[in-house]
Amino acid sequence: MVDTALDQLRRSGRIVVVGASLAGLRAAEVMRQKGFAGSLTLVGDERHEPYDRPPLSKQVLLGKADADHTLLPRRLDIDAEWRLGVAATGLDMAARTVKLADGEEVPYDRLLIATGVRARPWPNEAEGELDGVFTLRTREDGAGLARALAAGPRRVLVIGAGFTGSEIASACRERGLDVTVAERGDGPLVGALGGVIGAVAAELHRENGVDLRTGIMVTGLEGDSTGRVRAAHLSDGTTLECDVVVVSLGAQRNTEWLTGSGLGAGPRGIACDAGCRAFDLRGIVTDDIYVAGDVARSPHALFGYQFLSLEHWGNAVAQAETAAHNMLSESTDRRPHLWVPAFWSSQFGVNIKSVGVPSMGSEIMFTQGSRAERRFTAVYGYQGRVIGAVTFDNGRWLQFYEKQIEACAPFPPPFTTVDRRPDGQRPIPADFPDPSVPTHGPTITLSGYSPADRRIATFTPAGH
Amino acid sequence: MRLVVDLNRCQGYAQCAFLAPDVFAMHGDEGLLYDPEAEEAQRERVAQAAAACPVQAILVDDLDRAGDHSARTPAAAASGTARGSSDG
Ligand SMILES: Cc1cc2nc3c(=O)[nH]c(=O)nc-3n(C[C@H](O)[C@H](O)[C@H](O)COP(=O)(O)OP(=O)(O)OC[C@H]3O[C@@H](n4cnc5c(N)ncnc54)[C@H](O)[C@@H]3O)c2cc1C
Ligand code: SF4
Repeated sequence: MVDTALDQLRRSGRIVVVGASLAGLRAAEVMRQKGFAGSLTLVGDERHEPYDRPPLSKQVLLGKADADHTLLPRRLDIDAEWRLGVAATGLDMAARTVKLADGEEVPYDRLLIATGVRARPWPNEAEGELDGVFTLRTREDGAGLARALAAGPRRVLVIGAGFTGSEIASACRERGLDVTVAERGDGPLVGALGGVIGAVAAELHRENGVDLRTGIMVTGLEGDSTGRVRAAHLSDGTTLECDVVVVSLGAQRNTEWLTGSGLGAGPRGIACDAGCRAFDLRGIVTDDIYVAGDVARSPHALFGYQFLSLEHWGNAVAQAETAAHNMLSESTDRRPHLWVPAFWSSQFGVNIKSVGVPSMGSEIMFTQGSRAERRFTAVYGYQGRVIGAVTFDNGRWLQFYEKQIEACAPFPPPFTTVDRRPDGQRPIPADFPDPSVPTHGPTITLSGYSPADRRIATFTPAGH
Repeated sequence: MRLVVDLNRCQGYAQCAFLAPDVFAMHGDEGLLYDPEAEEAQRERVAQAAAACPVQAILVDDLDRAGDHSARTPAAAASGTARGSSDG
């Protein structure tokens, strides 16, 4: 039976997308590809057309591309009404309207929320506003930081050694700049990849001339009389002179505009079902509001139905495609977003990639290559199964392990591999820090309880 | 012209760097750096690189209109960049 309402939506409905970046654009493209002929409005608080962020901490800081030259390609004309430079400030679920900062209200039949995350600012506002203090999330951030690096500062301080912080430090070294990295944890990348890999990453930093200081906190920033940053105070009592500071302390989800709307949105993101439909505050799924990208948190069958929030480029693309498909499909044609998390980073000339959810792993085993040469594949195990994998300059193995993760293959892997070295004969503890300690950089957040935990959870999407 | 490479898919085969060296370059043994907004004069080379990439990781502006060989059906395009989908 044809759903006439759906048919009408496809022909003349109104779809509004809030958040005009990677996920928003990709969803809009897929909607048009699927023949959506109604009106499409894209609302974005940045003034720019959708641009790509990963180059901001790579090509742009290396001086190989301009920050304003990272606009995303358009694979087709999406014939949208663009509302750029204006934020959405509220949502009226009953009236089906989105309120904008300029006072306008935009009605919708279907809404896609893709408002992503923003950089976590330096907690002391006055210090954060000193000249020379940066975060890195937007095109303006990228342009400003690239200019500051090109001006040849005497010392750059990067606070936080997650992926972005490490990439920034790497770019500084490639430009011949002195750089200090201050990290509260035991090493770089430990929140995402654990202490064993963190130790390898720490070697990379040090061998490339980064002054890496771990187990340390920056307690304050100090400016000179002109309001320029000149020094940082550290928790070990020392003071470090620096003229550029990059605060790289992870991200916060852009959900404040939904406060009071009744949608299940909060600091951990917007909860949605596997089909990208948002939950309301009562845990009831909506049928007209969808979520995609960094702002979404959705349950994943492969990972115990825990809610996953991913700050991953590939997830934004895949989830947007699924959301767009489902928004325009009969209920029986909808499909779940069961993407296996995948991520890449590039630092100190090493290509780092991961699949699955390494941070769920309790053990790790080097299955290919050599830790000493820093060219390897390492596999993460959780309760006797393969849950994630990471490669350093060994990316061609990743697809194999992606299949293992999808198949819940046993851990430790029972097979022997061609180039396994003595240090990879048995698993060792992966050494993740206490999960209650916040981590930095684009990674994966598990939020909510797995049904296997048999805890009383405040909110489980079970039973539908 | 604007372009983006899905670096999850990219396997570092360096085909693109060979065909359009002004736009794509290897960085280290396996990493790839590219110019996200290449000169219009590079269009032909970039189109060749996109076609030659063994994992179809390179997305370019308007390639469809410029005569992309891999006629993108909505379904193909929708799953084309999603890892973990049926085309793996
Ligand atoms: C420097 C950097 C390097 C990265 N490197 C990698 C990498 O190597 N690999 C990888 O996998 N990922 C990387 N990422 C992550 C990747 O860029 C993100 O996962 C991706 O951008 C998510 O897309 P999104 O559309 O969900 O959200 P975003 O790109 O965050 O877009 C959300 C948009 O919504 C807008 N918005 C927010 N609130 C409102 C509102 N109320 N009204 C209107 N608009 C609003 C925002 O301003 C923004 O434009 C990197 C990110 C950064 C910042
Ligand atoms: S040809 Fe494709 S796989 Fe090879 S380096 Fe270029 S983008 Fe990557």
